[in-house]
Amino acid sequence: MMRADLQLIHDWVPQGARVLDLGCGDGTLLAALAQAKGVTGYGLEIDPDGITACLARGVNVIEQNLDEGLSNFEDDACDLVVMTQALQALRRPDRMLDEMLRVAGECIITFPNFAYWRHRVHLGLRGYMPVSKSLPHAWYDTPNIHLSTFNDFEHLCRDKGLIIVDRAVGVGGHEGHWTSRLWPNLFGEIAIFRVARGEG
Amino acid sequence: MTELPQDSVGLVTPETAHFDDPLPLACGRTLPAYDLVYETYGTLNAERTNAILICHALSGHHHAAGYHSLDERKPGWWDAHIGPGKSIDTDRFFVVSVNNLGGCHGSTGPNTPNPETGEPWGPDFPMMTVLDWVHSQARLADRLGIERFAAVVGGSLGGMQVLQWTLSYPERIAHAAVIAATPKLSAQNIAFNEVARQAIRSDPDFHDGHYAEHGTLPRRGLKLARMVGHITYLSEDAMGSKFGRDLRSEDFNFGYDVEFQVESYLRYQGDTFSTSFDANTYLLMTKALDYFDPAAARGGDLAAALAPASCPFLVVSFSSDWRFPPSRSKELANALIRAGKPVSYVNIDSPHGHDAFLLPEPRYQAVFAAFMARVAHDQGLEDRR
Repeated sequence: MMRADLQLIHDWVPQGARVLDLGCGDGTLLAALAQAKGVTGYGLEIDPDGITACLARGVNVIEQNLDEGLSNFEDDACDLVVMTQALQALRRPDRMLDEMLRVAGECIITFPNFAYWRHRVHLGLRGYMPVSKSLPHAWYDTPNIHLSTFNDFEHLCRDKGLIIVDRAVGVGGHEGHWTSRLWPNLFGEIAIFRVARGEG
Repeated sequence: MTELPQDSVGLVTPETAHFDDPLPLACGRTLPAYDLVYETYGTLNAERTNAILICHALSGHHHAAGYHSLDERKPGWWDAHIGPGKSIDTDRFFVVSVNNLGGCHGSTGPNTPNPETGEPWGPDFPMMTVLDWVHSQARLADRLGIERFAAVVGGSLGGMQVLQWTLSYPERIAHAAVIAATPKLSAQNIAFNEVARQAIRSDPDFHDGHYAEHGTLPRRGLKLARMVGHITYLSEDAMGSKFGRDLRSEDFNFGYDVEFQVESYLRYQGDTFSTSFDANTYLLMTKALDYFDPAAARGGDLAAALAPASCPFLVVSFSSDWRFPPSRSKELANALIRAGKPVSYVNIDSPHGHDAFLLPEPRYQAVFAAFMARVAHDQGLEDRR
């Protein structure tokens, strides 16, 4: 059973695409895409167990820290760059977005929506930093140093002149519920964006 | 020893394959006939799809795993990774390990007779290159009935042979593991090799390589060459933690005999090596290292040079290796990415410097085993254990 955001990405990826998966984990997505859609490409990962799992699956994995950029990938090296649940852990998410859209014309990004209503309850009413299924860490040991919301990310894309091709929400198993479709910034636990380079 | 370890390939006996068809060499000369000494571990399956070729490094040889006798103190040089249940699992794979031409462990080389004179080749043995070795290994594969290797695997200079395999015989190699290697030597690498060569060549017992005729051996030169080489195989930290500034005796002797433990260790390494290795072989092997540069023919464009390669690669480096540091392995991995080839790159955190590729280390073993499990899967070998 694939994570909900991965399932959606799976549906978005075109047949035979060259895909770069940033923070590919154990290679589940790339392995599934290779099998179902003849996708080729590479995953970048730094977690040793994830890397070993990728190797055993036959997923091409490169041990590489995303904060060091993607300089080893040429312009338009891929058709699509995917980054699931890693944006918020990067030192400069904005620069990574530039890098992703240099390497491919289109990218898919998923991240925990900090404006999710449960998070708002934590912070707004109870006065604590949110801890949830999508944000499981305590404030002092979290790798998530750049939390953002649906609205924040849309704002960034607008500022950069990027095209938001598609947008979806993931809520632990209930993605697509009418409330989260109508008010994603409030009811969407996981933000899923499909972004393309702006014209010119 | 009365009993061999459970995970050992056990007692092994080297074999010799003689070849009468001349081998044209990169240097322009031709080896008229030659012997290759090799060992095998495991069993070649009926479909001949489970063969692994092991390529050795500068001072390596065919004895990669197991024991030649119960009295042998140490097993083969890569025993940590070859055996039943090990990364290169001999319950699944048929492993071929060959002593390269120009070596001094049985294959035709400077210390074997030149058929024209009946005397040892000595310095007249032709200069070998990585490409020549790969061609000779392919002929051995022909002899053993192996059309395509499930994987060709090697560390250091061995890794360069693996890389050359993917370029010269892409249809005969299904997977490549290039470990602690580099696509070409740096100026510093060549400089260290040159110091080693000068140490040998300036030994009065060297006699321009004709020491056999003079009944001498350039032991001092070879010892020095090994000492300087050995320094580059270890990391500063590994040397520091092993020896620090420890002294052999209580206090300084204010002389030039061995005082620091590290001196004693280096001298011991050099002495042992100088009695077991051939100086002409050492010279020739260092030149093969220096010459290796598959990108040169493509104006230095490594990605372009890698065009013929078609198999999945595993590229492994070790964090404290300063002889062929991680940046050199990354250079190879990135060129493979640029060329659109299937590649995985892993940098193993290890304090052991270049020598780490020989040693067992949990993450290295996990990575190596995972890749080899994939090799077995791709070759359809999984259900046969």
